Amino acid sequence: MNLNGKRVLVIGERDGVNAASIEACVKSLGAEVLYAETLCFV
Amino acid sequence: MDLEGQGQIKQVVEQQGRDELVAVLGANSPTAVEMTALTLKSGDPSYAGPLAGVSLGIPSFHILEPEITQQLDPAVFERELALAALAMDVAGLIAPLKAIRAGQ
Amino acid sequence: MRFPAITAVANVLAHAPGLVRYGSKPCRDLAQSPSLPDALEGHLRSYDDAVGYAPNQAYLGNVEPDTLRALPRPWFATPDRSASADGAFGDLVSEVELLGLLRLCDRARLVRLEEGSLAEARLGLVRRGIATSAEMEALASASPDANARAIDSGEAVALWHEGRVVGSMARGHEQDEALTANVLLENLATKATGVLALRRLLRQIADRVPPEAVPFVIAGSEEAVGDRYQRGGGNIAKAIAESAGLTQATGFDVKSFCASTLYGVFNAAALVQAGIFARVVVVAGGSLAKLGMKYRAHVAKGMPILEDVLAGIAILVEAANGRDPSIRLDTLGLHTIAAGSSQQAVLEALVIDPLRRAGYGLREVDRYVTEMHNPEVTEPAGSGDVPTGNYRLIAALGALRGELPRDGVQDFIATHGMPGFAPTQGHIASAVCYLAHALRAMRAGKMHRALFLAKGSLFLGRMTDASDGVSFLMEA
Repeated sequence: MNLNGKRVLVIGERDGVNAASIEACVKSLGAEVLYAETLCFV
Repeated sequence: MDLEGQGQIKQVVEQQGRDELVAVLGANSPTAVEMTALTLKSGDPSYAGPLAGVSLGIPSFHILEPEITQQLDPAVFERELALAALAMDVAGLIAPLKAIRAGQ
Repeated sequence: MRFPAITAVANVLAHAPGLVRYGSKPCRDLAQSPSLPDALEGHLRSYDDAVGYAPNQAYLGNVEPDTLRALPRPWFATPDRSASADGAFGDLVSEVELLGLLRLCDRARLVRLEEGSLAEARLGLVRRGIATSAEMEALASASPDANARAIDSGEAVALWHEGRVVGSMARGHEQDEALTANVLLENLATKATGVLALRRLLRQIADRVPPEAVPFVIAGSEEAVGDRYQRGGGNIAKAIAESAGLTQATGFDVKSFCASTLYGVFNAAALVQAGIFARVVVVAGGSLAKLGMKYRAHVAKGMPILEDVLAGIAILVEAANGRDPSIRLDTLGLHTIAAGSSQQAVLEALVIDPLRRAGYGLREVDRYVTEMHNPEVTEPAGSGDVPTGNYRLIAALGALRGELPRDGVQDFIATHGMPGFAPTQGHIASAVCYLAHALRAMRAGKMHRALFLAKGSLFLGRMTDASDGVSFLMEA
């Protein structure tokens, strides 16, 4: 899946991969981030 | 997915449209992956949140899916994802997503 | 260099099924479905079931967390009927005793409690040595009429026990959002369980440290004490110290989300190390907001609502004494802003860096203590097994660095990790819940070195994207 030009909703998880890391990754592939949140379940 | 998050996402979609919109997840349990992906595609399965009965049709991917990670610059992967990729059960996490994206 | 030691720890629990409806998630859902309390009723546990629940017994120190490995799940299905509410590390008090503590700790005349419950609480708390007859008898009870009037007028929220209204909690101000009945109940619940932990700790050390000999108290819990002009004013530490009779003490609060209590511990050690105080107590009360946090999943799966207990802890830090384990102040794990918030960066800061500076390999630490949330609470809600997830990350980091074999994750967890056992009370589950166990094991010569690490999700407060964490080595 080519993320270049895609608009991304980032839903990270503190105990998985957090939003900051996902954002860095998808932006490096040319995506635009519209929403980013890190969920913390505990 | 948290109800508050559902409300915010609904607003983003209403204001900015669905073109080229995808979700990228970082959850660490197959259940969380599945619940989030289903909610974004066909509405909140628990019928409790702002996305209850609202079919956004947004496809979800997990950041650790090989088709994404293989495209990343190795330095970016190393810094942001390598640890999670080794520690988390990637196969188990992405299993529900292929089926949901395929429309099952 | 000798570093300050941890010389006593009290771990306490308070059964609070009647307060579950005031937990953040149930309370918000209640606004949408007023019939919720009836739905909850069928899933709330009895005191005996809470006492016999293996993870609670592990928290209280009557069994080791490791024993949970061999115990078949679901743990809630097999409560130990011979288990005691008088734990090695502290008490699991009944709901009525908790209500009595709320009344005892109430300095603003906001809590009403009926005579029957107050009398029952008095008996229980006096038997435990937690309260004196004199101070309990000095508390006036409220008539059912006075109670009903307060609730019906909207001035107070009801306090429930076994399906009956037995008291109420009043608001502190008509307009102040920081002094609503719900907020004050939350703060008072933290104070009451903090006082329970501190009074239990004082009983433990009574033979050598009288209350007047404690000069400083640090609190690190999850409440926010304040008013409309300063919502997070704080210093619940001093309120707790006052209600525990520490007349010669003052104190302050430390806050970093769930990392608060662990921060409190190393700060206490630093004060002792600097020679400012001979001893410092760190205290934390429970989180009312987190009661019933995963109740929907528990109810949906026909389980009892497991988040029905408030937790508390009190820790005594004193100068090194040659017997008790010390806190390595020279190798603290600190997560700087520049480090960034990737999982790898956080664990390098909290695990790799302290070990490198101390000169230890990953396997030279007997036990890693991370966020010890009971997986039976979190898994039904799709939140996974948090401790195991954390251990897998530490093991994976070891593998990436070549310190562990790639297939050594399971072995690492078995040898250096342990099952989650703490109630999902945030800061309490974040490593400090195991201090008592580590102290006991190190005194007995069964453990020499443990790394305690806690994380704080600062991003939740919307002031930063960053997360936080802190760690320290405890060594015999």
